[in-house]
Amino acid sequence: MISQVFILSSKGDHLIYKDFRGEAGSDVVSVFYEKVTALTGDQPPVVMSHKDLHFVHVRQGGLYWVATTTADSSPFTIIEFLNRLTALVKDYCGSLSEKSVQMNFALIYELLDEIVDYGYIQTTSSDVLKNFIQTEAVSSKPFSLFDLSNVGLFGAETQQSKVAPSTAATRPIQSSREQGGKSEIFVDVIERMSVVIGSNGVLMKADIEGEIKVKCYMPSCSEMRIGLNEEFSIGKSQLRGYGAAVRVDECSFHQAVRLDEFDTHRILRLCPSQGEQTVMQYQLSDDLPSAPPFRLFPTIERDSGGRLLMYLKLRCDLPPKSAAINVCATIPVPKGSVSLSQELSSPDQSAELKLQSRAVDWQIPRFPGGTQLSALFKLEVPGLSSASMLEVGPVGLSFELPKITVTGLQIRFLRLSPVQPGPSQRWVRYVTHSDSYTIRI
Amino acid sequence: MPYLGSEDTVRELRRALSNPNIQSDQLRYRNTILKVIRAMSQGVDVSGLFSEMVKACATVDIVQKKLVYVFLCSYATLNPELSLLVINTLRKDCQDPNPMVRSLALRNMTNLRLPSLVEYVEQPLTAALRDRAACVRRVAVLGWAKLHNLQPNSEIDAAVVNELYSLLRDPDPVVMVNCLRALEEILKEEGGVAINKPITHHLLNRLKDCDVWGQCEVLRILQRYQPQSEDELFNILSLLDASLVSPHPPVMAATLSLFLSLCSGLPAVSLAALERVRGPLLAACGSTSREMRFTALCHIQLLLRSLPGLMGAHYKRFFCGYAEPAYIKQRKMQVLVELVNDENVAMLLDELKGYCTDVNTDTAQAAITAIGRIGRSYSDSCLQILTGLLALKQDHITSAVVQTMRDLVWVCPQCSDTVCLALEGCEETLQDSQGRQALLWLLGVYGERVSSAPYTLEVFIDGVRCEASLGVKMELLTTTMRLFLCRPAETQDMLGRLLHYCIEEETDMCVRDQALLYYRVLHRGIGETRKVLQGRRSDPSLGVLIGRPAEPISQWARSFNTLEPLRQGTIEMESASRGSPEHVTFEPKTNTDLSDTLSCSQVEKVHSDSDSASRRTDSCADVLASSVAVALSLSLFPALSPEEFEHLWLQRQDLHSKQGAEKMVEEEDYVCLEASFQSTAIPHCSPQSLQAGLQLVNIQTLAFTPPHTLPWRVYLYTHAQHGHSGDAPRSTLILGELLHTGEENNRAGAKKGMCDGDVGVEGMQAERVREGVQTTDDGLSGKESVRKEEEVKVTLKQQPRDDQALKGFLSILKTVLHTLSSERN
Repeated sequence: MISQVFILSSKGDHLIYKDFRGEAGSDVVSVFYEKVTALTGDQPPVVMSHKDLHFVHVRQGGLYWVATTTADSSPFTIIEFLNRLTALVKDYCGSLSEKSVQMNFALIYELLDEIVDYGYIQTTSSDVLKNFIQTEAVSSKPFSLFDLSNVGLFGAETQQSKVAPSTAATRPIQSSREQGGKSEIFVDVIERMSVVIGSNGVLMKADIEGEIKVKCYMPSCSEMRIGLNEEFSIGKSQLRGYGAAVRVDECSFHQAVRLDEFDTHRILRLCPSQGEQTVMQYQLSDDLPSAPPFRLFPTIERDSGGRLLMYLKLRCDLPPKSAAINVCATIPVPKGSVSLSQELSSPDQSAELKLQSRAVDWQIPRFPGGTQLSALFKLEVPGLSSASMLEVGPVGLSFELPKITVTGLQIRFLRLSPVQPGPSQRWVRYVTHSDSYTIRI
Repeated sequence: MPYLGSEDTVRELRRALSNPNIQSDQLRYRNTILKVIRAMSQGVDVSGLFSEMVKACATVDIVQKKLVYVFLCSYATLNPELSLLVINTLRKDCQDPNPMVRSLALRNMTNLRLPSLVEYVEQPLTAALRDRAACVRRVAVLGWAKLHNLQPNSEIDAAVVNELYSLLRDPDPVVMVNCLRALEEILKEEGGVAINKPITHHLLNRLKDCDVWGQCEVLRILQRYQPQSEDELFNILSLLDASLVSPHPPVMAATLSLFLSLCSGLPAVSLAALERVRGPLLAACGSTSREMRFTALCHIQLLLRSLPGLMGAHYKRFFCGYAEPAYIKQRKMQVLVELVNDENVAMLLDELKGYCTDVNTDTAQAAITAIGRIGRSYSDSCLQILTGLLALKQDHITSAVVQTMRDLVWVCPQCSDTVCLALEGCEETLQDSQGRQALLWLLGVYGERVSSAPYTLEVFIDGVRCEASLGVKMELLTTTMRLFLCRPAETQDMLGRLLHYCIEEETDMCVRDQALLYYRVLHRGIGETRKVLQGRRSDPSLGVLIGRPAEPISQWARSFNTLEPLRQGTIEMESASRGSPEHVTFEPKTNTDLSDTLSCSQVEKVHSDSDSASRRTDSCADVLASSVAVALSLSLFPALSPEEFEHLWLQRQDLHSKQGAEKMVEEEDYVCLEASFQSTAIPHCSPQSLQAGLQLVNIQTLAFTPPHTLPWRVYLYTHAQHGHSGDAPRSTLILGELLHTGEENNRAGAKKGMCDGDVGVEGMQAERVREGVQTTDDGLSGKESVRKEEEVKVTLKQQPRDDQALKGFLSILKTVLHTLSSERN
């Protein structure tokens, strides 16, 4: 049971406040903000109490999404609800930010009114909600000359038919109705990997959490069939044949997915509702089908002048045609490091000593597969002792691998039936993110 | 929120709202209303616009209607008269052909929260229960709950309740769930909606039609149902099996909660259910939402209390990601400590070592503490890491390491050699008082083995004038005294200087009194001093607690899927910052663990045991057992004179005797408890060591008979204080008597002492179970023999009543007595 819901900006401005049960005053909003900002770093902020009232909050898009509850309710339910609320707001407003919430506050009030009645969650399904929500979203996207992502070489729109602009999926779901916009459907395969590689280069832990998300902008879509790799198998026992099998440990599906063709042909059937939904989730632990994408070969020593020398070779083991983007290696350095001098192998890279987080950030905008980059960092550390070397590492990598899934999961086909009248576009996108990629030194 | 210029804003908005030009232009009118709502949610008081907004309500534009309703519902309670004007519009809308308009009007009519409007609302609500559109029925059902809560004292309309019960069969699942919710609120005084067999099975069959939220609600309400037969129970369980592994964490948690409450009598089935949810819980731990991860982690900690091996193979899932926030990292480390075993210890320590140099000092310290915890079982490799960290010479790391070493040595005295070697040179890096206190304690206790100890102390004593921390000064006094006992030649001079400073110049009364006490003790001769000061170096009773036994699920089942597990961390944190191990704040939790482990491993005695003293103390033992462990601290202040003690004791004695046979006297503010403790040694202890032992934990002995006399008595008292999470700490006075009457007496009163006897035996037996030396059967036979031995009867009187504190006190007392008697043996 939810007593109030409110949304605060990171600076504590009240964006949305809705009281469902009239059990507590609106002054608790400021109480919440005082409490949450007064917490020290290690205290768990998720649940806090004030008198009989419990605050449960999530942080998304730089905002605090808070629910208060008096009864001892289920934390799973409330947190899942808040997450669902953020997803709905994102669907309806296009993106999650202080600005979009501010511009669309009427829409959000309307949403809240339909989702929750008297503190009880009624429905969060966008199929149901679309009948009730009347307010149009206000899009906050400014026109920009520099948004050239969909313009090809020499201004010719050569690629447009193949690649969707990166902003295509961040628009409000309902605007299509009025603007007569394209009826599009996006199927995203998103994988997050968390990897630990030992100092001897041995893979110590590898977890992959993947999901297939469908984002649908079609006002009505009867049925969609998603075909996965035929040699897709679940669990250790079910290996089919030899070679390029795609295997996951565990797999779960959205309840609307019909699986009657899954066992034989690996086809998921569903009727997507408007907005974004996660169709399938899967996990794979410890048994990667290919080598981990990055390897690091570090040499760390003290030079005669008391400086710390770090010579790092980073190798990207992706297939040669693909590349990792936005790679950032974070190398923790000893306390008291003062300055950094660097030698990087190409000019587009950059490196910076972050005193706040006591680390060197090495940025590589684009890193093609099968290549190797090296960097030499010289750190000025007054009073460097041999023990300080312990503080160097472990190195954390964050990156994005577009068009790649580490498990090898592919979508064979995407069919809509009956075939949609008018122009409809189907997009399939693959991406792998680093959840936590740690290399020990 | 003060908002400058709010009056101007309101005035401008009013002008705009009443401007006929704007009113006629729908778009401009709507935009003006939008501005009002925006101002409202920013915290501007726009209640003055109420009458203008009421006018704006009469429109065909649904968006505008919705906006106006948001406004009206917020301010209706401030303007009850004006709100009457809206009712007509709303009632008219209730007849609208569009179901959306009907439901909207109905919902807002009930949201106005005005008791004066109830009479106008009832009629449309009754009609709406039979509306053909499901969305209207949904609103109407909850509307009745709102009406009921508006006038909580009015009579419940039986016709409405019947109607709601029949709507449980409504084809729309949300209407069904809303009926449950509404009945739950309306019939709150009767214990909520009645759940009988047909309703239960109807709900279970409809479960798959509901969405996630509906399922959670139904599962929660079904917890009240008691299946009539085992067959029925297993039927229900098999129906629920699919939702136990649901990919939606809320459903999974609610199902497990229901499983645990249904199978409270079948521990094997409950354990199997815990195994089933492992997958979904682990998946929730890897969720993209941090908050969901945290929730899942907290609940995994609960599960591990009963099934320590549950996650053993999946320990890698609890490795911290480098970008995770500190509070998640700390929880993960707490889980990792639980999962350690022979195979993974090397991997785990390697991982934890990496966190020790984390930029976030809290994370680093938590990692060091975690290594210390693992050190209780794998001391060598852990000590190696800890000493390695000292070389970094960073104050927060050194401080955490020294504190961890102190705690480790207290539990595992065999580590002391390595620790003593490592201590050299630490004092230069230590900055904070906690770390220095720990260092001083170690120097005092192991002074003879640290060669540089006197020189380190000298630095401290020279700087005592600038010392700000009270704790450090107190610790410094004790340490210097202790060091003086083992290395008098090197320490005598500085002890003299320190005592002189503390007695003559120190302004703090505590330090001064302590110094005076030591000064006088020194006058009594070196033998006496030794008795007073040489306390324990380690706590063997804590040592055997390492292999924590599996708790029964019932201990935590009640707090599963509530906010409780998510809040626990803050409490643990508070008790973690403390001084020397001797002044550890004891947690009464261990005691409840003891009795509970026993009562389930006992064969026949189950009932008499669980009814025996420690449980009988409170009528609400279950609630206590499931509640969070509350730190208990004892203190001697304000002091009690022997006369006062006698007065209080006898006054209570009268009351007690009047009650006659009743053993347990319960009153508003006073409670008397009898328990007993088996020991051959206690009555033969020297009074001095008994006194010293008790004083270590802040229990004051007031009077005692010489040893070896019969009957042997000791009178003692203390003030117990324990803080609940929120409210101010409560203090209660506990008076106690230890009585040893000898063997014959005990036999004569064998029947009467039966229950008491069991309590003592429980304590002893639990120790055995923990040590794993004897099996339960042996324990039982041991019990027989123990009963023939001598026992010490404990009578406790407490004022004001505080069961939890009393229970905690009893466990502390037992620990002390046990230690004393074992030392003697």
